Amino acid sequence: MLRFALKRLLSLAATLWVASLIIFLSLEIVPGDPAAFMLGMNAQEDTLNALREELGLNQGPLQRYLGWVGGMLVGDFGTSYTYRTPVAEMILERVQVSLPLALYALTLSTVIAFPAGIWAASRRGRAADVTVMGLTQLGVAIPNFWFAMLMVLVFAINLRWFNAGGFAGWDAGFFPAMKSLTLPAIALALPQASILARVMRSSLLDTLSEDFIRTARAKGLTRAQALWRHALRNALIPVLTIIGLQFAFLLAGAIIIENVFFLPGLGRLVFQAISARDLIVVESVVMLLVFAVVLVNFVVDLAYAAVDPRLRGQK
Amino acid sequence: MNFRKIGTAAALTALLAGAAQARDEVIVGLQLEPPHLDPTSAAAGAIDSVLYANVFEGLTRFMSDGSITPGLAESWDISEDGLVYTFKLRSGVTFHDGTTLDAGDVKFSLDRARAEDSQNAQKALFADIDTVEVVDPQTVRVTLSQPNGSFLFNMAWGDAVIVAPESIDGIKQTPIGTGAFKFSDWVQGDRIELVKNPDYWGDPAKLESATFKFISDPTAAFAAVMAEDVHVFSAFPAPENLPQFEADPRFQVLVGSTEGETILSTNNKMPPFDNVKVRQALAHAIDRQAIIDGAMFGYGTPIGTHFAPHNPDYVDLTEMSAYDPEKSKALLAEAGFPDGFTTTLKLPPPSYARRGGEIIAAQLREVGIQTEITNLEWPQWLEEVFRGKDFGLTIVSHTEPADINIYARPDYYFQYDNPAFQELMTTLNNTTEPDERSELLQQAQRMISEDYVNGYLFQLAALSVANVKVQGLWANAPTQATDLTGVYWQD
Repeated sequence: MLRFALKRLLSLAATLWVASLIIFLSLEIVPGDPAAFMLGMNAQEDTLNALREELGLNQGPLQRYLGWVGGMLVGDFGTSYTYRTPVAEMILERVQVSLPLALYALTLSTVIAFPAGIWAASRRGRAADVTVMGLTQLGVAIPNFWFAMLMVLVFAINLRWFNAGGFAGWDAGFFPAMKSLTLPAIALALPQASILARVMRSSLLDTLSEDFIRTARAKGLTRAQALWRHALRNALIPVLTIIGLQFAFLLAGAIIIENVFFLPGLGRLVFQAISARDLIVVESVVMLLVFAVVLVNFVVDLAYAAVDPRLRGQK
Repeated sequence: MNFRKIGTAAALTALLAGAAQARDEVIVGLQLEPPHLDPTSAAAGAIDSVLYANVFEGLTRFMSDGSITPGLAESWDISEDGLVYTFKLRSGVTFHDGTTLDAGDVKFSLDRARAEDSQNAQKALFADIDTVEVVDPQTVRVTLSQPNGSFLFNMAWGDAVIVAPESIDGIKQTPIGTGAFKFSDWVQGDRIELVKNPDYWGDPAKLESATFKFISDPTAAFAAVMAEDVHVFSAFPAPENLPQFEADPRFQVLVGSTEGETILSTNNKMPPFDNVKVRQALAHAIDRQAIIDGAMFGYGTPIGTHFAPHNPDYVDLTEMSAYDPEKSKALLAEAGFPDGFTTTLKLPPPSYARRGGEIIAAQLREVGIQTEITNLEWPQWLEEVFRGKDFGLTIVSHTEPADINIYARPDYYFQYDNPAFQELMTTLNNTTEPDERSELLQQAQRMISEDYVNGYLFQLAALSVANVKVQGLWANAPTQATDLTGVYWQD
């Protein structure tokens, strides 16, 4: 298990290094001067130069790359060109919105998908199965931002149960903060839950037709007992994979939902930073997201090994 | 029985408290968040939208009609030759950190803005200042190197507000000014909070606190207003939703004017636009009202020159470039392009440009001019079009007040090089007599209109939505400000 983990860690480090190169190079190519954006149309050449000098934009690309990577290794993400605050602080503030939102959405999605998937699988071909399959088809098909707007219309504008958006902040207390994340979390969770339920169902059905289930049934277990004791654990591998992918997606891919609900999350930060050519922020946040994705995959790999002992010996 | 009474009383108290609370705070929605909070070192209008007049003040200040009124300077004397301005400062003005405003702060602010390493986005405003001297704590003398008729006007800009040397280091995060509101908190990506300054030198603010909330998505902005999450939305981004607000008794829609001349900028040095006949043909090919209706849902005033229609010196020259496709085709034929030509049309992100661009492209096609449309982000636009001058046509709104003098800069991106105009602007700068200035400004408007420098489209409208009970808001936007000093809740 330890060797397996070490090997995985090594490939994690290599992935991060390659990612840092790709991120830096691709942003180098993007046209647009951050200083010119800051100072606008009436800026004079000497003013632009003064700002570029202060931001370190007059240095060569290699020097800036090394400065950036070197800083990150010791936990210094640099200083934002536009906000002029340390990027690490900005990220920390935004993570307080994005991470709980992702976890909230993932929890909702799992809580909905597991029972739905198991229920559908255990009643294959019957009304329950057809209903779940139909609803999940709809859930996958509906774009989540449209669903989000619909919820705002109903619950914020008409019923006034929720605010149309914004984040109350953790200072306001746990429940007000969670309340402001509820509609976004539902909007994010709906398509995820639909996918997950479908994967859960088909994976369970596959497992249920395996020989060992037949053996278990032959030994006298009921269908339900066989499902809960033997099939479920074996069916979890693809489900775990999907959950891992979904978490990464929820953390990095909530930009549109963050915009619809004007939440100050990571996605919105990247969005703003790109339009302002605040390259250091874009680079650092994207790097952090890559790190999160890689880390989640690492954890999922370890989870595979925990669920399926056979995987520990291989590779 | 008693319980019910207590319950009712409690509910009533809660209701009254809620109502009382709602009456002295206001939540203002804005589309763009400031990058930082120093108005003297960035071009971002969003900084002024939050801080101008509320937190920071200058020697003079803009009123909602675009005129100038004394700000931190109570009065001033101008020498005969127009070179020496002696400002008398108000007494008893303190910054929000408790320090007193004196002539030294004014000297510091002006010297900082015009210094070699200055990061002021509008450094040109200070270019004519030769020296700034402290006469006594309440008096400051500014000597210009040449007369500048718009100097008092320049001092009203957000880029010329007075800051203190004691608080300058933290100004980007903690702005310390002299205004009726103090900065309280900034949750980045979400909101900025201001509170009333109890020690304000002038009329105190009627609100106890004000919150600016940043909502970039137009649909989200609409939802936030409808759900009454915000009480005011300044510069509302979706004009198509305004009729819905107008029909709703809960809201008022404020339609005012801005300093934004929206123009079809033309590269005057690039063939075939170096031929005035081609530029004239371009002007006659454009149906302004169709653009205003199609791109701005009817909000906007047609213009025929680079000047704001609400300005008393404005001359209506729209007839010079009236919509006349036949004339346009004839002019093109005269210029040697009977079959038209192909050019580029590079569009920045605002909807006036993106939507307007499609309409203009269709109108130009009618007279035979084909355009290749490219959509650009702002940083790209600045680099390619504005600095690189690599464009045929582009659409942009010039939002700086009284900026007709950009036509005197031959290296400015549309590259209009007319010595007669440049001389006119020099004369204007040397003139302080109001009537003469007025005459010169009108001449200038005519000159650029007759030269068809750019396609003049419309003056951008200032569109705001507010709760019907919020009073004292500016309808106009002479500068990008949301002046809350006079705002209050009507009973």
